[in-house]
Formats: sequence, structure tokens, C-alpha cells
Amino acid sequence: MNKPIRTISIFCLLLFLALMVNATYLQYYKAGALDKDPRNRRVIAASYSRERGAILVGRDPVAQSVPSNDQYKFQRKYPQPFKYAPLTGYFSYYSQTGIEHSQNEVLSGDDSLLFVNKLVDLVSNNATKGGSVELTINPAAQTAAFNGLTQLGAGVQGAVVAIEPTTGKILALASTPSYDPNQLASHDLSEVSQAYDKLNKDPAQPTVDRAIQTVLPPGSTFKLVTAAAALESGSYSPDSRVPGGTTLDLPQTTHDLHNENGSSCGGSQITLTQALDVSCNVTFGWLGLQLGADRLRSQAEKFGFGQHYLDDLSPQAISRFPQGDLAPPYTALSAIGQYDVAATPLQMAMVSAGIANGGTVMKPYVVDEVQSPEFDVLDKTQPSEFSQAISSQTARDLTTMMESVVQNGTGTAPRSRAWRSRARPAPRRARRPARRTRGSPPSPPPTTRRSPSPCWCSPAARPAARSPAACCALPSPRP
Amino acid sequence: MPQSNGSFLGFVHRLPGRRGAELFLLILALFVGIGAYAAVGLGVQGEVPADIVGYGGWLALLVIGCHVVVRFVAPYADPVLLPVVAALNGLGLAVIHRLDLAYAADGSDATPSGFARQQLIWMTLGVLLFIGTLFALRDHRVLQRFTYTSGLAAIVLLLLPMLPGIGATINGARIWIHLGPFSFQPGEVAKVLLVIAFAGYLVLHREALALAGRRVLFVDLPRGRDLGPILAMWLISLGILVFQHDLGSSLLFFGLFLIALYVATERPGWLIVGGGLFLIGALAAYKLISHVTLRVDVWLHPMTYYDKSPGSFQPVEAMFGMGWGGLIGRGFGGGSPERVPYANSDFIISSIGEELGLTAVIAVILLYGLIVERALRAALVCRDGFGKLMATGLAAIFALQVFVVIGGVTSLIPLTGLTTPFLSYGGSSLVANWVIIALLLRISDQARRPIPDLSGPDESADSETTQVVKLTP
Repeated sequence: MNKPIRTISIFCLLLFLALMVNATYLQYYKAGALDKDPRNRRVIAASYSRERGAILVGRDPVAQSVPSNDQYKFQRKYPQPFKYAPLTGYFSYYSQTGIEHSQNEVLSGDDSLLFVNKLVDLVSNNATKGGSVELTINPAAQTAAFNGLTQLGAGVQGAVVAIEPTTGKILALASTPSYDPNQLASHDLSEVSQAYDKLNKDPAQPTVDRAIQTVLPPGSTFKLVTAAAALESGSYSPDSRVPGGTTLDLPQTTHDLHNENGSSCGGSQITLTQALDVSCNVTFGWLGLQLGADRLRSQAEKFGFGQHYLDDLSPQAISRFPQGDLAPPYTALSAIGQYDVAATPLQMAMVSAGIANGGTVMKPYVVDEVQSPEFDVLDKTQPSEFSQAISSQTARDLTTMMESVVQNGTGTAPRSRAWRSRARPAPRRARRPARRTRGSPPSPPPTTRRSPSPCWCSPAARPAARSPAACCALPSPRP
Repeated sequence: MPQSNGSFLGFVHRLPGRRGAELFLLILALFVGIGAYAAVGLGVQGEVPADIVGYGGWLALLVIGCHVVVRFVAPYADPVLLPVVAALNGLGLAVIHRLDLAYAADGSDATPSGFARQQLIWMTLGVLLFIGTLFALRDHRVLQRFTYTSGLAAIVLLLLPMLPGIGATINGARIWIHLGPFSFQPGEVAKVLLVIAFAGYLVLHREALALAGRRVLFVDLPRGRDLGPILAMWLISLGILVFQHDLGSSLLFFGLFLIALYVATERPGWLIVGGGLFLIGALAAYKLISHVTLRVDVWLHPMTYYDKSPGSFQPVEAMFGMGWGGLIGRGFGGGSPERVPYANSDFIISSIGEELGLTAVIAVILLYGLIVERALRAALVCRDGFGKLMATGLAAIFALQVFVVIGGVTSLIPLTGLTTPFLSYGGSSLVANWVIIALLLRISDQARRPIPDLSGPDESADSETTQVVKLTP
């Protein structure tokens, strides 16, 4: 009977080997993935009890952990909650968003960059501390952006993004209405649940970061993309004569395309520069018909439409230009940023930034530096090129045209500041009601036809004299 | 049979009792048990428990008591088994104590240190039965007389939970009986009795089973009257378990039967036939029995069932815990093993994985491997067929049980409820396993005992034609 017993021994050996291999797989190879599962309460509870790193703007924390005297050792605090909530996100027992989410490994101290710190802590028996994250945000620009939005009145839904064109650094990113992440970081979990429910039920969706998470028809700001496509085609220059007037006959339909308030663009034949000055719907609709949807789409995609480019904050809504064969009327409407064209404020800021940067669009980013708990720089984000959207000649032409908008056209707000800026034409047509995201009630059409300048810049948004900032704000109509 | 492999087994045979080695290993095992208890106190409460001397003294008394008894009644017994068991039991007690503290801290249990205290009482009972078995059973071959009695008793024990008065359904399985204040899982004792019954029957009928019979489709089928009784015994016990929704034990008994049959007849065909039957049975159970379907689905897609009820909260929490423990664990008090339901019984390995890490999990698996290895070694060197079959059966039960429960907890195979021998909280299992170890020690004592000198007085010693070789103990 010994032979079968030996066979059984080998069988048992295989059973135990399988157990050991599986345990190793589970506790070593799969452990990282298990720790990242959002339902893993152990990880969250542990990070609550750990000194989480700060999120810094300049040298000031906009999110930090302070010692607390309850079941967890540290309490997350947000000193300027509403202004920075779209950036920091929140850190609650149940989930994290924003930088708290995307930089969680650094903030919690688990990132491989902090390995040495962790090892030292382990050996010296100190509690592990998280690293800090410094943002690219310019505090003055952020304050100006946030104040500008809130001064529009309570309940205004809108967002401001400012980008440094040469690097892609996001200098300001504000979204209103905002919320208080301190409530969600509370250690009183029933309080947190209540705050969640309240925020989720709010029709204004305060937790949505409108600068990157909602797409709206960009309207006249899209005329820059159309103008870029026209100049890039080689058939047009800033001085080309193009049709103006009051109406454009939309082919295949009984409808005409009108200008804002039915006004004329100043003559039946005007230059492209003049057309941008007055944000002429007729001209740009006609240009769209001449260029065709494919050229417009390809130009838009070079600026970032249809692509994912922001790694530091998620989720990011993807800006879009309608796909497939477009009927000519739709192409004309798309050329003036209507119909199914939809973009995030960040996307439109990237269009301006690309023009300002000689045609090169830089990849936008928010995380500037990763620092150790002792504030030694561990990693610094290097600016990287996202695309060459237009030639430098086109960029120069467009820049000149945009300056003309400020001096002669609809870009009135920057004119008073008396500095050269890359302005954008104001819409000549009232924006369609903003596309509503799921869950919010349909808003009534705007009662007053406001025509706010969609580009809203502030001197504070210019950190250095020779580094103009491209800004974009898309305040949606008041409900 | 042992003589057939002269050199290798001869080495084993020449081994003396090695009781000194056993004592040394036992002291190491006590360091594990008492050290773990102290570490729990340090980690959870920040101080060495006040009762460490009393607790450690009691543990040492039990373990050294076992050693002394073995030294006198089974002097040639395997020296490794007892220390390994002592280490596992001590570690289990410490982990159960740690979970008691956690349950007391979150208020989910009104009696702090309740489970560990009860487990220590059960361990004492197990040790007493261990000693009793060694004293009462001087030769394991005596058990062969009780072949049919054991089989019948096993079936009766398995049927007991079905009786209306004393049976009880706990967690969907009707495998418990209540007698006054005690609750007991008779299946744990039944598995030992079944091993005895299988071994006793097969050792008598092995030749008939292997040689007599007809050949049908490449398979030598034995005669019905040879296979019938044991097949009936096995089918009845398996049927009862399936009826009671005790998947783990069904699997255990099936595997035990197959292995015993294979070892007795030396025909690998049984393994193939049995393996095929297992696949068919498993597939049928998956298709037909709803809770088996659920178990398999939960095993295949644990993450999607996390929030459902019944769902995969328990295995997924165990995976989270073991992943959180990583290589060296969080240390006692550093994790939250109490998040896993039944962390102190079926899922105790996940508590060990979380707080003591992969290192300890591998160590525990290796300790179980050592038990199985020593049992199979006893089977190899044992001189009688009954002892061989019994030792192999007990080893198989141990290996299969460990594989099924640890594999289930670590999501290697679908989860089936079984206790982790010596670690899990649970009196019936602990007591039954101590008896199993006593039986194994007895078999190995018989196997390693030097062959008595049966020659007469020394008159022929000087003869040149015959020579007597004396084995010294």
C-alpha cells in the first residue's frame, strides 16, 4: 500500500502548495488592487487616523489635517472651503474626489516617492505622514475668479478657468455654486450622510465642477476655432473679404441665420478681422459652409475636443464636435458654436491659450509639486506639449485679430484695463439654454437677454507681466 | 511491507523515541502560544495581560502534561506532531482572545474574553480525551474490531441533528445538536469514526475489491457484495450531509472515501472514476441546488456581490483584510479583523493574515503540512494494513479540511463552511482533532517501536548459521 500512500503525499503537497501560492497572490500581488477598492473601509479608516498631507496653494494650505480628540487622530480641514472645493474635492469616510482622490497615494503617504520617508518612520516607530501637494493655482487669480462669479449673484451657475499659455499651468479654476467639503470630512458619520443627501438633492448640483465636468455649447467663443480653421486652410487671411450683412440663407431649409438682435455686421462684404470684431454669425456660418464639417472637426480636435487631457482632476467631461456627416445647416450652426457643439470652460481656455502660445497647446495640469512631509520637493510636473493646433503664423494673425476685438469690437471688459490681452468676441446671439445634466429641472428660457462677455479676465490672473493668461468663463443663464 | 524499502525506511526505524526533541519543540510551541497572548495584550491594550502567568501556566501544564503521558504510554510516538498541534492551538487561542477584545470594544458582544475562555475549556477537555485515548488504546488494531459499530455510530451521529428535540439549524446548516447548555457538531466525531470504519472494512476486503470482479469498459468493477456495504455506508453519510446543506463535510467525506479506496486497492482507476463522479456531482449541484449556485457565483465574481444579501461581504472583507495585512501584517491590534463575520471560527485564517501577515499564513499552512506529512510517514512505516489505512485516512481528512477551509477563505475555491483545525473557535472540532492526534501518535508509536526480540534465550547466538540482530530501543 505504500505506493498509493506516496501518491497521496504528493497530492497533499500540491494542495498545500496551491494554498501557499494563492495566499501569496492575495496578500502580495493583489494587495495593492484590494487596497484601492473604494469599499475597503480598512484603508479609509487608517487614512483617517494618519496625518494626511496638505494641499498647498502658494505656501498656504487649502486642505490640511489637524489633530483631533475623537476616535480618529486627525481631522481634515478646508480653510477656504467654497473657493477651493472644485480643486481640493472632499475627503470623507465614504469617498474622495478632486485632488484628494487623484493624489490620494501621496497625501496618505503610500506613494512610492515617499518610500524612504515611510521606511524611516517605520524604523523610528513614528506614525507615517503623508506628503504634500502644491497646486499651480495663483491665489490672487483664484480669489478674483471666485469673487467675480459670486458677485454675479447667488445661485449663478458658472465657472472660470485661467491657464498660463506657455506651460499649461491652471492658474485659477472656480465653479459656482460651490459647497463646503468640511461638512463631508466630519467624523460624525450621520452628519456626513445628511450633508451628502442635501448636496445630492440640490438641483444646482454644487458638487459638480463646472469648469471641467459640464459641457455647454461654447457659442461665439467657438468662432476662434472656425477662424483658425479658415486661416489654416490657406484660402483666407485676416484681410480676406467675406460676406457680412444681416442674414445667411441656410441651404436645404427655409430658415436663415441671423445676427444677434438681427443687426448687421457692417456691410455686405467685410474683412475677417471685422467679422471677429463684431462676432458676426453670418460670416462664421458662411465660413463653416465653405470649410465643411470635417475641417472644423479636425481643427477642434487639434485643440483638444474629443480627448482626455487632464489627469489631475477627474472625471473630466469630453468636449465634442458632432461626428459623422453633417447637413450644411448644421455645419453652419456648428461653426458658430451652436447645435451639438459642446465644450468645457477648460477646453475653451485651452483654445485661447494655444493661440497665445504660438499655436502650441500645452497639456493643462493642476499639480505643480509633490513634497515630502518636510516639504522637500520630490517631484515637479514638467510642462508638456499637448498639440500643435495651428501654425505660428495663424497664431500671430489670430492674436492681432483678437486685439482688434478688444480695441474695436465686443471685447469691452478688458479695454478698460488698458492692457493688451487675448480677448474673445462676445456672442452676438443669446446663448441657448445651457445643456442640463441629468437630474436637474429644465430651466425656463432667460427672461432678459443678457449678453455677458464670455471671456472674463482680471489683471490678477496675470502672474508675470509678459505671461498673459487665457481665461474663459461660461456663466450659464440664471434659472 | 516496511522491509521493501530497506535503506530509507530503515533510517526511520532506527530512530529512538526522540522524546527530548519533542520537549524542546514543545517549549518553542509554548513560546508561540504564550508570546502571542502577550502580544495581543501589548497590541490591543498596551500592556501585557495581567493573567499571563495563570494563562501561560495553564497552557504549559496542559502541553507538558501531554508530553509526560506520551513519554510513558507512547514512547516511540512521532515527536513532531504534538509540538505542532500545541503551537497551532496556542496561536488560535491568542487570536480568538484578540477578537474577543475587539468584539467587547465595539459592543457587539456582552461577554468579553468569552470565546477564548470557552475555547481554553474545550482545549482542556480535548487534552483530557487525548490522554484518555492514549491510555485506553494501547494498540490501534483493537479498533479494527469495531468496524461496523463505528460505521453505524457515524451514521447515527450524523442523523442526530435531524431529530426535532435536540437538533438545531445554525447559519443554514442543520449540523448541530443541543444537549442542555452544550451544543455540539456530531459530524466532527463522525469523521473519525468513518475513518475507522473505512479502514477496518477495506483492509479485510482489499484483495477481493482489487482482484475479483468483472471488467466493464476498461474499468475493473469489484463484486457487489465486496463494494456494497462500504458504498452504502458512504452514500448514506454523504446523503445526510447534502440534505443538511453541509457542503464542506460532504466534500471531505467524498475525498476520504476515494483516497481510502485507492490506497487499499492500489488501483488509480478509482481516482479517475471518483474524480469524474465529483465533477458530475459538482456540476449537478451547481445547476440544481440554489445555494451552491450562489456560492459559486460569489466565488467567481466576489466584488459584484459585495453589497447584496446573501452576498460576498464575508469573503471580500476577508480578502480586504488579508491584502491589508500584506507580508508582515498589521500586528495584533493594528487591523480590524472583526469586520469579517465569523472571524474567530471559519475565517480565523483571515484574521491571522491581516494582523500577522502572509508570513504567519504561510507558517500556519506549513504547520498543517507538517501534520499531514508526519501522519503519512506514520502510514508508510506502519506494519499493519489497518494502521496504514487509518493513518492515511486521518491525514487525508486533515489535508482536505485545511485545503477546503483555507482555500475557501482565500478565494481559491468556492467557500464551504468548515473549521480550521486547532485554530478555529469550536469545541467539537477541537476535541475531535485532539483525538485524531492521539490516534496518529498511537499508530506512529506502534510503527516506530522496535520489533520485539522474539528469539529464545541466547543459546543459538554463537551458531555460525544463524545470527540474531538485536534492535536496541
